[in-house]
Amino acid sequence: MLTYTIRRLLLSIPTLIFIAFVIFMLLELAPGDPMASMPLSIPPEVRQQMREALGLGEPWWIRFPLWLNQFFIVEPQYWIDNAFGTNFADGAQRIISFQSRSPVFDVIAQRLPQTLWVVAMSYVVGVLIALPIGIISAYKQYSVFDNAGTFVSMIGFSVPPFFSGVLLIVIFSVQLQWLPSIYDTTLVVNSWETFKTQLLQMIMPVMVLALQTTAQVSRYMRASMLDNLSQDYVRTARAKGMSESVVVLKHVLRNSMIPVVTVIALGIPSIFGGAIITEQIFKVNGLGQLLIIALQGSDIPMVMTITFLLAVLIVMMNLIADVLYGILDPRIRYD
Amino acid sequence: MTDATVAKEAIEKPRNQWLDVWDQFRTHKGAVFGLGFLIFITLFVTIGPWLWQVDPGKLDIRNKDVRPIYMLLFDSDAKVNWANPMGTDNLGRDIMANIMQGGRISLAVGWTAMILAVFLGTLIGVLAGYFRRLDGLLMRFTDLVLSLPLLPLLLVMMLLFRDPLRAAFGPENGIFILIVVGIGITSWMQTARIVRGDVMALKEREFVLAARSIGTPPRRMITRHILPNVLSPIMVSATLGLATAIITESALSFLGLGFPSDFPTWGKILFDSVDRMTAFPERVLWPGLAISLTVLAVNYIGDGLRDALDPRIRGL
Repeated sequence: MLTYTIRRLLLSIPTLIFIAFVIFMLLELAPGDPMASMPLSIPPEVRQQMREALGLGEPWWIRFPLWLNQFFIVEPQYWIDNAFGTNFADGAQRIISFQSRSPVFDVIAQRLPQTLWVVAMSYVVGVLIALPIGIISAYKQYSVFDNAGTFVSMIGFSVPPFFSGVLLIVIFSVQLQWLPSIYDTTLVVNSWETFKTQLLQMIMPVMVLALQTTAQVSRYMRASMLDNLSQDYVRTARAKGMSESVVVLKHVLRNSMIPVVTVIALGIPSIFGGAIITEQIFKVNGLGQLLIIALQGSDIPMVMTITFLLAVLIVMMNLIADVLYGILDPRIRYD
Repeated sequence: MTDATVAKEAIEKPRNQWLDVWDQFRTHKGAVFGLGFLIFITLFVTIGPWLWQVDPGKLDIRNKDVRPIYMLLFDSDAKVNWANPMGTDNLGRDIMANIMQGGRISLAVGWTAMILAVFLGTLIGVLAGYFRRLDGLLMRFTDLVLSLPLLPLLLVMMLLFRDPLRAAFGPENGIFILIVVGIGITSWMQTARIVRGDVMALKEREFVLAARSIGTPPRRMITRHILPNVLSPIMVSATLGLATAIITESALSFLGLGFPSDFPTWGKILFDSVDRMTAFPERVLWPGLAISLTVLAVNYIGDGLRDALDPRIRGL
């Protein structure tokens, strides 16, 4: 298992470099120009100087290794310096945003908590709702509950977040006026009152994202439970006189969770993608909104870094899912 | 075998395989409803503009902000107009005409992008499954594309290639090509994986061996023997592809990176109405319902197709 993990980790390095190259070349080949929004009255030679000041004067085969160096060596050095007060970085050039002229990672660090709060909460809530639905749907297959669960997950698959979010705002913020429609990120939670406000403003974005997760995970849970419920070991367990709850919740559930856990791990990157839209609806100033603003301003370093971080997340989650599968299911051997 | 059974077998007409599929499909209630709704919405957006001859772009500023006629039920003083049954927007454009026009674009984008994605997925899947030499390379490539963050990359493509394509093909066609190609090349991977697996299993079957033994060249082998047998997984993934393509197009329009503003699609109408949804919630509801119900219908059709095309379930 350890050798497999190490091999996969080593293999993910060329994968990540290739992905970085694809994103870099897409941004490079694209005809969009970061100077396009500058006034037309700037003379061409000044424009050229401005391009060089942004680091765009060099050809791509120099800038790409430079970016890799900044991302993989310089930025971690600054990180360590900040954490332990050392001086590895020694004033090396960091990745600078074109728009704000501040280091990209500082901006991301400011935005990350908002996204993580909403995304992580919604994922936990979604999974917690999905698991019991999947278990009951499978145990009582074709019952009213099962059909209702199927219908709800169909809706979760079909209603896009930009409509379910807007619908929730219309119902709960406009008509009933129970919940705020805008997520206030400046709120500091330090008392019971602010905690309640925070809870209220989180309900809608979390539920919108959770609906998508619930739809997917509950389907997998149901299918996996159905696979296991018809196995011979279930009959053996019942024949031994075990109670129904022990059979279902101990024997069947444990075996059914193996594929579901990997699905849960694999779904984490896509929920970040969904957060791009949800943040736009509820005006959360998180990573997704940062990406949209950076895109509109042709802020290439910012777009590159955020997209690549998402790619790192995907590759890591794929790896974790595969390793988890091997750990949870002793029948699977990769060596 | 006695004469009686021979006579009995002779009476039973050979049934078309697709008739069996249709019979099984009809037993799935959701799928039949889905098919009915998809036909309805397709007719609504294709024939609708012939019957409802209102120009979707026509500004009628005196008739702006007309509420839909059902508002009469709640409020007899509501500003309604039988000439605009779904109401008008803040510039006096008729919403029903816009929904029809937007639906044309949304469905056209969905179908074309789906066909492109299914074509790419089938091509790569069949090549990887049939030719062992290509398998490793193509599947590594598929895994690589699967680990790209697709939505952000799609957004990047939209923003960066928008202007040159507009200049080359005109504002509408340029964006149409960009969105269709963008969605197509970012959603073929699942189809490719499924098709590859099925092709690899088919390759070991006796009829393929028989066909090869009489000297069938690979090209005809794929078109005559392999492709008809992987048609059912392709059809199921095509329905799922149609659903995702419609949602992705609407999401791009919703993020303001889709079609230009005077060119309605369902996602675009929804995006434009969000600012005024406190006063006019129906403007958000119409396009949102159109998107959601269409996708729901397509998903149910996919569900029904999956059951109908599976010979182990069919006939039970």
